[in-house]
Amino acid sequence: MTGNGILQLVLYVVSLLALAWPLGAYMARVYEGRIPVFMAWLRPVERAVCRLASVRDDDAMPWTRYAIALLVFNLLGVLTVFALQRLQEILPLNPEGLAAPASDLAFNTAVSFATNTNWQAYAGESTMSYLTQMFGLGAQNFLSAASGMAVLVALARGFVRREATAIGNFWVDLLRSVLYILLPLSIALALALVGQGVVQTFDGHATIELVEPVGFEQARLGPDGQPIRDAQGQPVIERSVTREQTIAVGPVASQIAIKQLGTNGGGFFNANSAHPFENPTPLANFLEMLSILLIPAALCITFGMLVGDRRQGATLLSAMTLVFVALLAVCVWAEQSGNPLFDRLGVDTRASELQAGGNMEGKETRFGVVASAVWATATTAASNGSVSAMHDSFTPLGGLVPMWLMQLGEVIFGGVGSGLYGMIVFALVAVFVAGLMIGRTPEYLGKKIEAFEVKMAAVAILVPPLLVLVGTAVAVVTDAGRSGIANPGAHGFSEVLYAFSSAGNNNGSAFAGLSANTPFYNLLLGLAMLFARYWLIVPVLAIAGSLAAKKSVPTGAGTLPTHTPLFVLLLIGTVIVVGALTFLPALALGPIVEHLQMIGSH
Amino acid sequence: MLNELKRALVILGVLSALTGIAYPALVTGVAQAFFPAQANGSLIERDGKYVGSRLIGQYFVDQRHFSGRPSATAPMPFNAASSSGSNLGPLNPALEQTVIARIEALRESDRAQTAPLPVDLVTSSASGLDPQISVAGALWQVPRVARARHLPEQTVRELVLARTEGRQWAIFGEPRVNVLLLNLALDEVAAETASRPPGGRDRGPGDDG
Repeated sequence: MTGNGILQLVLYVVSLLALAWPLGAYMARVYEGRIPVFMAWLRPVERAVCRLASVRDDDAMPWTRYAIALLVFNLLGVLTVFALQRLQEILPLNPEGLAAPASDLAFNTAVSFATNTNWQAYAGESTMSYLTQMFGLGAQNFLSAASGMAVLVALARGFVRREATAIGNFWVDLLRSVLYILLPLSIALALALVGQGVVQTFDGHATIELVEPVGFEQARLGPDGQPIRDAQGQPVIERSVTREQTIAVGPVASQIAIKQLGTNGGGFFNANSAHPFENPTPLANFLEMLSILLIPAALCITFGMLVGDRRQGATLLSAMTLVFVALLAVCVWAEQSGNPLFDRLGVDTRASELQAGGNMEGKETRFGVVASAVWATATTAASNGSVSAMHDSFTPLGGLVPMWLMQLGEVIFGGVGSGLYGMIVFALVAVFVAGLMIGRTPEYLGKKIEAFEVKMAAVAILVPPLLVLVGTAVAVVTDAGRSGIANPGAHGFSEVLYAFSSAGNNNGSAFAGLSANTPFYNLLLGLAMLFARYWLIVPVLAIAGSLAAKKSVPTGAGTLPTHTPLFVLLLIGTVIVVGALTFLPALALGPIVEHLQMIGSH
Repeated sequence: MLNELKRALVILGVLSALTGIAYPALVTGVAQAFFPAQANGSLIERDGKYVGSRLIGQYFVDQRHFSGRPSATAPMPFNAASSSGSNLGPLNPALEQTVIARIEALRESDRAQTAPLPVDLVTSSASGLDPQISVAGALWQVPRVARARHLPEQTVRELVLARTEGRQWAIFGEPRVNVLLLNLALDEVAAETASRPPGGRDRGPGDDG
């Protein structure tokens, strides 16, 4: 690895931590209702929306009402996106006249965007109208992210409030997340990206005259849209020549900004952030990568401030950063080492000032190996799921890193809000385990952790692995599941395991060779996304409600301090042990055996 | 419950309009006002018609042109209406066959070139639309292009180096060469050479002495 590669890595981590601090402090003020002066001009908008919806700032909700409000709101989001897709043919802003997606795909996509997953079983530029992209998918990018942030804030209130019945108002938390945090950041990022070359227009596709005409072959289609077959049953191939290139454009920059910031990840184009119009330059790439982890990292700081002890936030952030950096190093190393196949064929894969080298299959020249590996690690550490390189073509270990980061439960930064509340659930388990070891009642942030909290934490931790492993098992033993696999051997198993790890943890990235746009996968992955999202949110809100009702216990001699390096290690250990024990057998059948085959065959 | 449903409907309506209509409209307005070229696809105009986008690659097979990254889009390579990678796994026999075929084709294009092939010339890009190749990938093709165009290798190499983009801000990404822009520049050089009177000295358009 070159010196520049190391510099890019260091710069990324340092910039992330440096920006997380001020943003975290700002968000803490927003959620406490102390809007800073430079944003106070938005106050009248907030008040107007509240009045319109008859929401009152001081109308604090018990956790059950908070959960119901969130579920109703998200359900309406699913229905809206479903309807927008099914009706896009007769709705405006559809310059290419795209037909409505089938109902199983529409269901999958609606669930995918409302749950902040953004799994995409479709190719954006050839499936979704501009209206569907903006008003359906784009709006849900904001609203699903804001829902996750609201849950985190409610959980923080659970630690702060004493003998209280309520944990805040969902509508106010939601509105503030959108208005003061997500919207301003998105506008700034979107404009910066346009400056770098990301397109932003309502016009239809552009057509240009090619410098060289391109000859190509394609199957002749019959009137039913199916390939015509000859007497031997082979499709009839016809040769054609095109002198033009049709270039898909659209209102892309606005969508990309929020898909990066809100850990959504749903690309405007099929190739996601590998597409030059979504991610045109290395600088745009750096900004988009920073945006993936920015809010999840900053929320750690916010949490520390909300609970009145900044060290607690810094501890959680440290644990996340350490795991991230370690796995990042593995991913970069694996991709830079490359595929022995290329070396066997005499191809030059050495990194130098003239080329990135390494495993360039499925990677873009402008990003090379290092930036592509950083992106893959960041996008799966956070539950973002956008890609700037094709994970399916990564080396076995390079692909194992993103897969395992998802399987850890999306708690290494994780989704906006959801990553941190997931990590706090792990912290509860960590203090519980420590409590068993030292024989004391476990406490966290001044609240006793008792049977109810540990039960809810267990539900939240066990649901995603259950979805991933059961889903994968069902898919690999059924014809409908196996028929979607693109690559032979262990890698094919990895494709299925990756898909369910992604849906079952609300990530949204894919080993994209898998043909996932079938009723089988649309339905099964759609259900996995629903369960993964709401079977975590409800237990977490239940924990918040239960904690809020408790007294605060003073720190005593038997209290395990939760702001020390020791606790960082204990927390990391809990996350890693759960993740490793649960998934090692499955990983052994996929990427691990594939790696052994790769090094063994040369 | 019913109250929350009413609130949910109102808030969903208002926030969807704000984030799904007003926000993209605002960004479009500002983008079209301040960055019209970028916002509309960074299109390149030559003689009154669009010949490409500086961000979207094109497929080149002519020996006189530099070729770009292999593209896995269907049905034709560099289909900018349907971006896609190959998604071939590292041990997939199809990857091996494809890479061998690409190596053969490139070796065939220039038997005298014995330097090892840079990896980006034989591996497909993630988007299938990659507009660039590595500097090594461009330099590897210099002798062939020079021969096909009857130009000195030095001239073509200088053109490549002049078109090389370094790391952005000297840090980010990788050094690279935009294939379409390089080929357009080559075509211009060729057009100038062709319009030059035989044996005469170099004449610029404004040079009437």
